[in-house]
Amino acid sequence: MKHWLVLALLATAFGARAAPEDARPLKLWHAYRGGEETALVQATELFTAKTGVQVELLALPYDAYAAKLTNAIPHGVGPDVFIFNHERLRNFHAQNLVAPASGLAREDYFPNAVEALEVDGQVYGYPMSLKSLALYVNTKHVPQPPTTTEALLKMLPALSNSGEGRFGMAYESGDFYFHAGFLFGFGGELFDASGRASFDTQGMARSLAFVKGLQDARFIPQEASGALVKSLFNDGRAAMVISGPWFAGEIAPEVDYRVVGLPQVSETGIPIRPFLGVETAYVSSRTAKAEQAQKLARFISLGEASRVRATVGRQIPADVAAYTLREVQEDTLISSFREAARHATPMPNTLEMARVWEPMKLALRAVLQGGTLPQDAGALADRRYRALHRERPPEASPLPWLGLLGAMALGGSVWVLRRPAATLPFKRRYPDVAQAAAYIAPAAAGIAVLVFVPFVVGLSLSLFHHEAGEYSFVGLANFVDILASRGYSITEPLSFYFTLAVTLLWALVNVVLHVSIGLFLAMLLKDPLLKLRGVYRVLLIIPWAVPNYITALMWKGMFHRQFGAINGLLVALGLEPVSWFTQFSTAFAANVATNTWLGFPFMMVVALGALQSIPQELYEAAEVDGASKWTQFRHITLPLLKPAMLPAVILGSVWTFNMFNIIYLVSGGEPGGGTDILVSEAFRWAFQRNEQYGFAAAYSVLIFVVLLGWSTFTKRLTRSSSEVVG
Amino acid sequence: MNHPSRLKMALIHAGLTLLCMATLYPVLWVVKMALSPTDGLALTANPFPETVTFEHFRQVLSGTDAAGRWVFGRQLLASIVVSGATTMVGLTLAVSAAYALSRFRFPGKDGGMQALLITQMFPATLMMVPIYSILQKLHLLDSLSGLVLVYATTALPFCIWNLKGYFDTLPRELEEAAVMDGASTFQVFIRVVLPLARPALAVTALFSFMTAWNEFILAATLLNDPSRFTLPVALQRYVGEHKVEWGKFAAGALIVSAPVMALFFALQKHLVGGLTAGGVKG
Repeated sequence: MKHWLVLALLATAFGARAAPEDARPLKLWHAYRGGEETALVQATELFTAKTGVQVELLALPYDAYAAKLTNAIPHGVGPDVFIFNHERLRNFHAQNLVAPASGLAREDYFPNAVEALEVDGQVYGYPMSLKSLALYVNTKHVPQPPTTTEALLKMLPALSNSGEGRFGMAYESGDFYFHAGFLFGFGGELFDASGRASFDTQGMARSLAFVKGLQDARFIPQEASGALVKSLFNDGRAAMVISGPWFAGEIAPEVDYRVVGLPQVSETGIPIRPFLGVETAYVSSRTAKAEQAQKLARFISLGEASRVRATVGRQIPADVAAYTLREVQEDTLISSFREAARHATPMPNTLEMARVWEPMKLALRAVLQGGTLPQDAGALADRRYRALHRERPPEASPLPWLGLLGAMALGGSVWVLRRPAATLPFKRRYPDVAQAAAYIAPAAAGIAVLVFVPFVVGLSLSLFHHEAGEYSFVGLANFVDILASRGYSITEPLSFYFTLAVTLLWALVNVVLHVSIGLFLAMLLKDPLLKLRGVYRVLLIIPWAVPNYITALMWKGMFHRQFGAINGLLVALGLEPVSWFTQFSTAFAANVATNTWLGFPFMMVVALGALQSIPQELYEAAEVDGASKWTQFRHITLPLLKPAMLPAVILGSVWTFNMFNIIYLVSGGEPGGGTDILVSEAFRWAFQRNEQYGFAAAYSVLIFVVLLGWSTFTKRLTRSSSEVVG
Repeated sequence: MNHPSRLKMALIHAGLTLLCMATLYPVLWVVKMALSPTDGLALTANPFPETVTFEHFRQVLSGTDAAGRWVFGRQLLASIVVSGATTMVGLTLAVSAAYALSRFRFPGKDGGMQALLITQMFPATLMMVPIYSILQKLHLLDSLSGLVLVYATTALPFCIWNLKGYFDTLPRELEEAAVMDGASTFQVFIRVVLPLARPALAVTALFSFMTAWNEFILAATLLNDPSRFTLPVALQRYVGEHKVEWGKFAAGALIVSAPVMALFFALQKHLVGGLTAGGVKG
């Protein structure tokens, strides 16, 4: 009887362990929001109803999405299925993140959508929807949409009035995704026969000149963001808008609009051909439930799921059969976009594609902001492209390095052993070593595993080149490239020396401002008889309490060209609003203002503490000797503050030197990477320029070396100052 | 000290009021965005909202995931648990290590202190890739305990430095007296040293809490389950690449900042002493 019971218990225990394994839901990652997200939820519910398999969705912010996928999937914690634009397919494929689509029937989808997902003849993923740009027309202002650029140019003057803030057309002109259509329409190509990008072409110059002309005539707004385009169109102040299907969901109900294909370029006879992106359901290469995952990916790309995504999510299905459904046929938005997509250029799924965005953005903005002529911009982009497109350095042999490491270890141990023997035995010299070990061990273990190991890994990573998931040992090649400033002159933002100079200036300006403002406030606050002292102090440390990425975003909003409070203040004072991020000086000033606001409270608190520790008698004695206030400050306050303030200054300068959040979020390195500091530059190499981890690590090592030099220098200062004070 | 004149006091008050206003302006601007019914987009210098609505707060507080489950409460709880645990773990480790570094003699002591400082100079974002692999080996990916471990250890160098500096300033005579009375080293540490070090402990605890409460890059990378997201990661949702929901972001920002501000308010008396007493001896 007892045995049976035990067996039964064991059986249930095993059952319980086996069941969750099977019933564990499929994980689906995506970056949808709003209607598209609702539609995806409904589509997966249909899948669950049909197959009984649960699906767990995770919506990720777009900016962090790709990095998270490339981290999570190889470590086995990624999704089973994920949705991404096809443009990154080659990167995913190279890193072995995606599995071939095993259940795909080509005839179910539009042929160009399937072709976009081919790598070496194999199809990866299931095409879900097509994304491209079309022309939204406010029918009240534009009854007859233009079909050629000639017609467009004729209509624009009557529709635009810069004094009233009305524009004939609006779109995010500083974004290459939006400009690409013009580039192709003017006969420009992005890639030459060998698959390399080339920017210095006639089509590029003509397309840039055309757009610059629109902006100079004030037919389109400057520096338009998505939010501005939306509000202009909804207020009836933009007659036409170039945007994608997602824009339909943001249009106010009272606006009557139509969607048509983009006009033809009259000079070339070629239509404006925007990029075509294929949003795709990929199956992860590491999924434990490949069969179910394939089923899910196929399911959400076809049939009933397509209908839901088209009607609820307003997506343009890649599924041929969807267009036989009445709801889809009758939906003019979908049919217009389907029509517009006929002329679109499928984005190539090559590794090169990921490398054109940064150079193109630079060229586009340089022209629109007036710093560069349209015919010179191509060459500018070409140079940036070549600099970012680092060739894999030749592989080096690790043997000399291992030899060096061995020699150093040997030398180190010889040095330790050859040191003159201590006069006292170890036990006597360190009587409490066992106790100390007990107190320190837990902290030491944690620091060793999670601080020192990553630190050493980071150091050694700098000797490797990383490309598409593979590391090759290259010795000092990364450092040589950085320090020789290969591919660009030292006065350009991509050069190490330029960035280093900006970083030093950044650290210097900030620390000086932090310390002087902090000290000034501390002097005002130090009098214990001051009324409301506590209140002031609390109010003045608020910036310290606000998380610094919130501070950064908050100030970024305040420096906004159209809606920012700073420009609001300038206008209230009768001044012209400023485009903060189009010039180095103003962009740098914006960063400094943000970081000053963030950093002075810490210095204020430290200075307050230091001031309180100065004995009052010193001042009284000075008073008796007839010293002026200034003399007292110079000869008593400053020297006595020094020992307390110096560690804070060192800490503050290290923090400022590595203050990534502010730079990355406020100026974002604009204009053209000019305001990037070393850390943000390292971050870009690691996470935005095809994961060049080794190169980024080399940058970090250099940062480390600079800071080490700085701290040695200040340590000498501290020592000399403590000698003075005695 | 001689009494400052009335005029001087008035000047000081005027100066402080002006600077407080400059300091508070951005905060008021966020409050305005959070309370305005629109997304707060208008070119105006006025930091006060014209019409007030609590809609953005309501939407943030009742935030649900795609399946309609209420996740805000869980995210708040996750943030509190992570920050609380980080403070506890971090402080326990830092206090004992700092005490040992301050009081005992052992080989590698000065080298260790220097090494701690040096690790602060390597950019943290670049340590992300190795940290990810280590947590995977420890089976702590996508778990709050993994996050706590990372936060606690990365904050340790600063905590240890600050506490060690403070311990160095405490007179040893008290400890010696306690030993005379027959207390063990551990008892001395708990009964005598810790109570004396209260200001430094408060500041260090605040620092650990803040690190964990505010951090978002690691949390965004390491966590995959929306119900375990900490608040900063949840907040990221409102500042997308193509669309920024300023109203909700501002409301969320205020909710996230409020607890830390409250802590600052509660601890501000200790703040000055706790930071600088350590700093003087550095």
